Amino acid sequence: MKAAIVRFPGSNCDQDCYVALRDLGVDAEYVWHKEESVAGYDFIVLPGGFSYGDYLRCGAIARFSPVMKSVIAEAKQGKPVLGICNGFQILCEAHLLPGALVRNRSLHFICEHVRVRVENTSTLFTAGLTPGRVLRIPIAHGEGNYVADNETLRGLEENGQIILRYCNEAGEATDAANPNGASDNIAGICNRERNVFGLMPHPERACDERLGSIDGRAIFESVLASLGAKAAA
Amino acid sequence: MKATVIVMPKKSVLDPQGVAVRDAIRHHGIPSVKAVRIGKFMEIELECGDEAQLHELCRDLLSNPVIEDYTLEIAADSK
Repeated sequence: MKAAIVRFPGSNCDQDCYVALRDLGVDAEYVWHKEESVAGYDFIVLPGGFSYGDYLRCGAIARFSPVMKSVIAEAKQGKPVLGICNGFQILCEAHLLPGALVRNRSLHFICEHVRVRVENTSTLFTAGLTPGRVLRIPIAHGEGNYVADNETLRGLEENGQIILRYCNEAGEATDAANPNGASDNIAGICNRERNVFGLMPHPERACDERLGSIDGRAIFESVLASLGAKAAA
Repeated sequence: MKATVIVMPKKSVLDPQGVAVRDAIRHHGIPSVKAVRIGKFMEIELECGDEAQLHELCRDLLSNPVIEDYTLEIAADSK
């Protein structure tokens, strides 16, 4: 199993993703955004950061990087693609995921551990989790407020595309537990086909006891288990 | 030719920046201010270009139709 970690100018969570995957025994490689193809990889990660300095809109310019043509083509063929934070913003800009991420309602950049509830476990990213489980994972963003029109939000709900919701310790998705004002407390969504997952929290920063939480590991482990099962079949 | 593009957050999308500036204007002694919305103004200079292509550019890159509206104006060079 080979994973590609796509590096854009301004990516800054690429090494965290690399270490998280390496510690799970994954053969991970960095792929510069000017590369033309990610076809040789089994799993594609768009890490967090500030690609192109967040100019114009977060992710708006990265979405036109040469590598993105291949990322979009691979995603459309069913390859697992994970977008974390800025990666999530890029996936939305690339129309691989619906909606958009706008300025946090508080206007503040927020860097803290939050809790998210697992809403759907029938995806390859969450297959190893139990529904309703509360994960403690850090966020670090200024633009993580998920917005979409009502029809899109209804569609996400009906198709089980909402994967993570911000919640409190008891697992309740309250407004007080919503750090950025995201519609319906949405922290992470997938596409209809469920092979593209974007989330604002950083699971790669919650994969080592020394970082205060290992709750993010289950997401990467789920992908590995799903891909391993597929390879064995 | 010169194209000017204005990109504004859609009415339905919260513009926290506009709200913060509105509050600052109130603190500045103008309590009558009702609302502020903040967008982007872009000037694009081109050798040549067609309008349809520029609209495509506005939709694909310069604005995000999910959260923003744009207006495009094209002015021919004054000779």
